[in-house]
Amino acid sequence: MSQIKIANLQKSFGDFTAVKNSNLTINDKEFFVLLGPSGCGKTTTLRMIAGLELPTSGEIYLGEEEVGMLRASERDIAFVFQLFALYPHMNVKNNLSFPLKMQGYSRSEIKTRVEEAAKLLRIDHILNSSISSLSGGDRQRVALGRALVRRPKAFLMDEPLGTLDAEFRELMCLELKKLHIDIGATTVYVTHDQLEAMSLADRIAVMDGGEILQADEPAVIYNKPATKFVASFIGSPGMNFINIDQGISNEQSTVNIEGTDFNIPKQYEISKSKKNSFGIRPENLSLTNEGGLKGSVFGVEYLGSRKIITVKTNFGEIKVKTNISTSVKINENVQVKPSNNNIIIFDGETDRSLKSEFMN
Amino acid sequence: MDTSRSYLEPSSFSKKLAATIIIVYTVITLIPISWMVMTSFKNVNSAISYPPEVFFEPSLEGYVNLFTNRSRQSQEYLDSLPPPENWYEELVRSREMVITGPSKFLGRYSNSMIIGFGSTFASVFLGALAAYAFSRFRVPLKDDLLFFILSTRMFPPIAVAVPIFIMYRKLGLGDTHLGMIILYTVVNLSLAVWLLKGFMDEIPKEYEEAAMIDGYSRLQAFFKVVLPQAMTGIAATAIFCMIFSWNEYAFAVLLTQFNAQTAPPFIPTIIGEGGLDWPAIGAGTTLFLLPVMIFTIILRKHLLRGITFGAVRK
Repeated sequence: MSQIKIANLQKSFGDFTAVKNSNLTINDKEFFVLLGPSGCGKTTTLRMIAGLELPTSGEIYLGEEEVGMLRASERDIAFVFQLFALYPHMNVKNNLSFPLKMQGYSRSEIKTRVEEAAKLLRIDHILNSSISSLSGGDRQRVALGRALVRRPKAFLMDEPLGTLDAEFRELMCLELKKLHIDIGATTVYVTHDQLEAMSLADRIAVMDGGEILQADEPAVIYNKPATKFVASFIGSPGMNFINIDQGISNEQSTVNIEGTDFNIPKQYEISKSKKNSFGIRPENLSLTNEGGLKGSVFGVEYLGSRKIITVKTNFGEIKVKTNISTSVKINENVQVKPSNNNIIIFDGETDRSLKSEFMN
Repeated sequence: MDTSRSYLEPSSFSKKLAATIIIVYTVITLIPISWMVMTSFKNVNSAISYPPEVFFEPSLEGYVNLFTNRSRQSQEYLDSLPPPENWYEELVRSREMVITGPSKFLGRYSNSMIIGFGSTFASVFLGALAAYAFSRFRVPLKDDLLFFILSTRMFPPIAVAVPIFIMYRKLGLGDTHLGMIILYTVVNLSLAVWLLKGFMDEIPKEYEEAAMIDGYSRLQAFFKVVLPQAMTGIAATAIFCMIFSWNEYAFAVLLTQFNAQTAPPFIPTIIGEGGLDWPAIGAGTTLFLLPVMIFTIILRKHLLRGITFGAVRK
């Protein structure tokens, strides 16, 4: 197992730049998730680490070794594909032993390793089955097994749960996490599903438009997003933004919206723009009768333990997560007010969050 | 109303109709072939008798005549010979002839085998490599190249017979096995590339990527992972290539005489004494039909889809 480091990594396909000047350090034994919408460059980054794509420029280090230009077969990493890519003309056992055969292990060594991996993944009873007879979950386990037998330096996974149905996905999510704890392997995992990312990751890197916007622990990504995109992409629903047509100065602690003064955490940074955004998560808002932003109820979503109420205001639709007892009617006039000080001001020019008492 | 079946399924009437059409069609196609096989087991007289004999006493005379050269002798000479050693000598003598030696059929037949299988293997092998490259790599001018490859089939191959004849004479390839294998491979290759490219495109590239991650080179991944999955396409392509090179007549007449002559130009030269020896011709064509038939039956199971089904979720 080893650390993975990418430095100034760039990949272009013709005129299109898929990955822009990226820097990342993935620690040894870490479960690291690359998260972003489709086309953000996360899979390209993973494929470059694997050696399935060669970088246009920049370096990739596996442990101490620079591997950027090495072939996939020379890197000693394992890759779990979204579509599993199990060899259909071989049975489960042969799929598992395929990577070992190349490395010239003895017959008995291959047998032990295959059985060991099969036992760990609880697929020892289907070793002689053909791939086409397996369920989605079992195929996923075999794909993991094929990655596991070789004891590679790192595991790379490209949306491995993407094709499973909801029930299996939850189960495999748990199994993956447990497997990672059991074998302690450096893992890079690509997904567009933020819930999957939050539940699996030690650290998450959020990507958009080929750039890594923020790489940190899930709680930090959620509570202290570095950019507006991260704030809106993470969380369901994402963060609310209210446009404020005023600059932010140092030490400022209130903003005036529609004639009402709202307290914000004490700001430590001067905004570059005169048009900034006031960002707040739905659960940090509450409905009130006075002293808030005026609006009318546009929609109510019932989530079992919570309700999400969409309020139409002069600043667009604002989503409020309330407890179940709140009862409002569609088109009812309400006011929306922050219930605590977890407010982030985003600079209108750079989309980055400004430093404040909260965002220290 | 019958509600036991889905609306998408054909009704039992249309199923029966389809079956009837298929049976009628099969019978019509099989009549000439079964007539040919029957002729090969007739004797010279019953082969040309009128009205045609559907029930007859089978004889191996056609096959004996196919494999031997014979000469007609007087009854006195035949009586002076020692008694026949085996059944076919006896059969020949009953027609007032003696066997003077083996015919050229076996040689021509094995030429057909060498050239047919040789060119089929070469077309499929080269075609698979080219199709894989066209399917996976960024080949400059890919579309133009593919069109160029296809364009070699836009005229009948025999249209270039004269230049090929002259080229082959200069190169010393005329009447050689190698020359015929090259020629048939060239003609078949465009078909092979196009057919196989379609099949290669269907194979997700994740398979060879997985193999490369597992430590195999691209070429090893091609042989161990891609080719086994392209078996359906390879089988279909091989059958088409085999049928063409096995049946090809015009170039074989033009370019081969002795050394590399294949069976198609040879069979029409089987002419008997005083009239066409139909049983021998029937025997020749029956034997000629067998290899392609066996080849197709062997590869048939690979033609059935389903080997790769379900291993990748699309």
